[in-house]
Amino acid sequence: MLSALLVMAGIAVVLGAMLGFASVRFKVKGDPLVDKIDAILPQTQCGQCGFPGCRPYAQAIAKGEAEINQCPPGGEEGIRKLADLLGKEFKPLSVEHGVEKPKQIAFIDEALCIGCTLCTQACPVDAIVGAAKQMHTIVAPLCTGCELCVSPCPVDCIAMVPVPETVETWKWKYPVVQIKVAGHA
Amino acid sequence: MLATLFKFRGGIKPDAHKDESTRTPIAAAPLPARLVVPLRQNAGSAPLALVGPGQKVLKGERIGAPEGNFSAAVHAPTSGTVLAVEPRMLPHPSALSAPCVVIESDGEERWIERTPVDYAAESPDALRDRLRDAGIVGLGGATFPSHIKLQPGAAGRIGTLVINGAECEPWITCDDMLMRERAAGIVRGIGILRHIVSAERVLVGIEDNKPQAIAALRAAAAQAHGIEVVPVPTRYPAGGEKQLIRVLTGIEIPYGRLGTEFGVQCFNVGTAYATHRAIELGEPLVSRIVTLAGNVARPGNWEVPIGTPIDALLELAAPQAGTDRYIMGGPMMGFTLPRTDLPVTKAANCILAASPALFPPQGPEMPCIRCGACTHACPAELQPHELYWFARAKNFGKAQEYHIFDCIECGCCAYVCPSNIRLVDYYRFAKTSMRALEREKAAADAARERFEFRNVRSEREAKEKAERLAAKTAAARQAMAGGGQPAGTTPSVPAAPTTTAEAAAPLPQLDEAKRALIAAAIERARAQKEAVQPKNIDNLAPEKRAEIREIEARRAQVRELAKTPPEEPV
Amino acid sequence: MNGSPHLHLPVSVRLVMFKVLAALVPGIAVYVWFFGAAILVQIALASAAALAAEAALLRLRGKPVALFLTDGSALVTAWLIALTFPPIAPWWLTVTATLFAIVVAKHLYGGLGQNPFNPAMVAFCVSIVAFPALMTQWPAVGFTDFSAQMAVVFKSQSAQDAVTMATPLDALRTQLHVPEARATVAGILGSHASFGNIGGKGWEWIALAYLAGGLWLLQQRIITWHVPAAFLVTLALIAGGFSLGEPDRFAGPVFHIVTGGAMLGAFFILTDPVSGATTPRGKLIFAAGAALLTWIIRSFGAYPDGMAFAVLLMNLCVPLIDMNTQPPVFGRKAQQREKPHD
Ligand code: SF4
Ligand code: SF4
Ligand code: SF4
Ligand code: SF4
Repeated sequence: MLSALLVMAGIAVVLGAMLGFASVRFKVKGDPLVDKIDAILPQTQCGQCGFPGCRPYAQAIAKGEAEINQCPPGGEEGIRKLADLLGKEFKPLSVEHGVEKPKQIAFIDEALCIGCTLCTQACPVDAIVGAAKQMHTIVAPLCTGCELCVSPCPVDCIAMVPVPETVETWKWKYPVVQIKVAGHA
Repeated sequence: MLATLFKFRGGIKPDAHKDESTRTPIAAAPLPARLVVPLRQNAGSAPLALVGPGQKVLKGERIGAPEGNFSAAVHAPTSGTVLAVEPRMLPHPSALSAPCVVIESDGEERWIERTPVDYAAESPDALRDRLRDAGIVGLGGATFPSHIKLQPGAAGRIGTLVINGAECEPWITCDDMLMRERAAGIVRGIGILRHIVSAERVLVGIEDNKPQAIAALRAAAAQAHGIEVVPVPTRYPAGGEKQLIRVLTGIEIPYGRLGTEFGVQCFNVGTAYATHRAIELGEPLVSRIVTLAGNVARPGNWEVPIGTPIDALLELAAPQAGTDRYIMGGPMMGFTLPRTDLPVTKAANCILAASPALFPPQGPEMPCIRCGACTHACPAELQPHELYWFARAKNFGKAQEYHIFDCIECGCCAYVCPSNIRLVDYYRFAKTSMRALEREKAAADAARERFEFRNVRSEREAKEKAERLAAKTAAARQAMAGGGQPAGTTPSVPAAPTTTAEAAAPLPQLDEAKRALIAAAIERARAQKEAVQPKNIDNLAPEKRAEIREIEARRAQVRELAKTPPEEPV
Repeated sequence: MNGSPHLHLPVSVRLVMFKVLAALVPGIAVYVWFFGAAILVQIALASAAALAAEAALLRLRGKPVALFLTDGSALVTAWLIALTFPPIAPWWLTVTATLFAIVVAKHLYGGLGQNPFNPAMVAFCVSIVAFPALMTQWPAVGFTDFSAQMAVVFKSQSAQDAVTMATPLDALRTQLHVPEARATVAGILGSHASFGNIGGKGWEWIALAYLAGGLWLLQQRIITWHVPAAFLVTLALIAGGFSLGEPDRFAGPVFHIVTGGAMLGAFFILTDPVSGATTPRGKLIFAAGAALLTWIIRSFGAYPDGMAFAVLLMNLCVPLIDMNTQPPVFGRKAQQREKPHD
């Protein structure tokens, strides 16, 4: 009896020591919390969360001043990751901040552009090129789809277009497990 | 003589089914009335279209120019007229579309001027360029541009060339028949490849279930020096590039590294043959051998012009009742074709008519019982059940840790799994998702950087402006204090971004009538500008013109997407 | 849409499980020869209980009943339980233990393929802790009369000393642990005609029959050599070493290998893929660890056969073992040897 207890205790001590060692040994040096949150946010910089960009929102979350469900471009998955990171409950996207939609990018109908440069000023990531009184255009790979340039345009020549899927960007579907088949019966 | 063969671990031995389609010689497939040639038929970047609708093309004329070095040209498979350059559905599991050149054949098969060259007199660089411009890509199915593989690596020379005639997948016999019938051409092609990299050794690996091919190639290689034809044990996937290199040389090339780094490179026999045609006959790659097999009345091999619709081919083979789908490629790695009116591409080595009798549907998927059968079968020496576990749980980090990208998607694991798990589908899902995530992350990082840069810049601008303002006030005050004129030293304030603010401001205050006027003006401008043709393009090189055309096409497409009036420029 | 491969071997979980069952048949036959037909009744009882529990649980969990019920995994668990329990254990013990194995050890953990512990061994351990006396009463040699055995099994009349005896392992444990008895291994084992020496009646023959079944499984590639070899070799080495040193206190290697659950364990229990290690090196460590623990528990522990406890303890270590024994993948062998942290 006693020896069994001793053995148990011994094993527990050894395992505990191993765990402790492992946690010290494999500890990852962490980024500050704000960076970790910012890394999860999609960097669309659209301001729908109520903050002027992703980083300010990340700072607000880190300070506990904002909820984790305010970023529509990040969507459910983003909220889930934030919840994981911060050890919080998942909650659905708050509707007042917007809805999740597939990624789009802006397109300027160059025939109409009057070169007012308003869109360049609105663009948070400098994805629009052009000069005063000259035609403007979107540098598509840089556009985050934030839609901030759409409303300032006085001639309404900016439209959001969905990003089409190509053979290169196409994703294989998650395999569906058919369970309905009840054996050979 | 070669001393020893090496072994690769894992592998399976499915029924070969090679006899059915090797009873008749390779026949030329009839020329279809219309061909659809996808521009992108190579791994790497898609070529740019060189032709436009209405243009006449000759057989072998370039219709797509390689875009950058990691690309290969595309050619008209016959003479005729270009009907359109537009997105068409590709033979790809995604069933997505990509730009294709549609050619109406004139039935004359008129070639461009062919310029055969003597390869011995050419420099390796010139030959590589020729291969790129002749559209030579790996014909085993991977369509990796061949000239890239022939580049000497940082580690130096390619001492050993491995020529892949293993053709390990069941049912496929296009390489087998090619070796039987055109061994001389293959050996000449091998000679060119060897010349380019100045390899000392050439090993041709052929599975030992193809005695005729081995004999034919041995006979043809007898004249050439230093080409050894080596029968390798029949075991799928002995024809996997890495597996064959391992069997013949003992070298293992890990994922993400090139054979060149290890002094060895591998080419398919079909590629060697195409190389011979491209260099010594001046004929670019415009056709390939395709095996038609499975549930068909007349299985066989056909030489098919690239771009031929698959249903036209199927007529030749006469699919039988019970066929429920068609597979492009073999039964181990091929995919179910979304439709059959899709074109034959350089990757299409086989079209299989599948029936439930030949390829019985799998039983229902059960949980993994960790039986280890998959581990035994995996030629990449992975732990497929662990990968499955992580992929299924979308634990991509772990999947990567367990080397999911080393998986060659050979399908051995799923073949042996008693639980009927579609393992490879899970890996494909995980791999493509991970690549998408990586792209997203790169984009997000770039956006973050640009956003931060922009913030810094606007801060700086604001500060500069404030300073200027302060300087100005100070100067004014000074002037006032001095009782004289304003100081001439005040810097002018351009404040570029703010000047146009007034353009937007007045708009809301306009009344209805004016707004209508503006709208009408906008409409006019739109109509006018869209009618305008691009100017000064007559003297441009065809490549440039093609580029312009492509951009215009893209614009038109995007405009359509944006649902603005669909007035396409020509 | 389903991707490649479009070809599949005609294999199934059912086939694997039924091959395991088939491989047990020779062992069972010899068992019946030596200990009577009661074991067949036990197997039937356990099978019925396992199938009933499996069906009920599958229905409860909303899984396709017909598919999973016929996969044979519940039967394997049931047979192993019956074969490790005394053939004259009361019927209710076999049934309860089987129910426990299926309900708690298998389905509460997620069913087929998900259980971290071998269900049969969980049942064995729980039973031996709860009913040590019932779990150690074995029919004496010659007590093979079927109706008499059935009387013990079903009327739960406590078995008479005349018809039961302690297993050799049990005898060793109880007698060697009493210093005053001055018992020696040779003395104990030699004092029973049926025990012990090679060629004697009973255990050795059953063990040989299990071995034959196990070898067939090997040939069928249902199992690999790693687990049985590592287990038997380790057990033989340890037992051999100690019995050479102190032959009076420690039984020899042959005894350890042919007695109790060792042979059954080596080929049928430790090779359970679900709860065992999967990498080649992992299997070796897993089985060697089980052998070591088996010997320790047999020689020093409070329970006669350490096999079951050893299996569970090693099951516990499987994730750790597997994680740390991942074999290098194709093309990365040299690289991994150079820098293991890559
Ligand atoms: S809502 Fe927009 S700005 Fe806010 S965190 Fe999300 S992407 Fe960034
Ligand atoms: S806001 Fe509109 S009109 Fe002004 S520059 Fe941008 S696209 Fe042109
Ligand atoms: S073959 Fe299937 S059941 Fe067996 S371990 Fe692999 S994935 Fe699991
Ligand atoms: S598909 Fe991938 S994991 Fe499966 S056997 Fe082939 S290489 Fe291994």
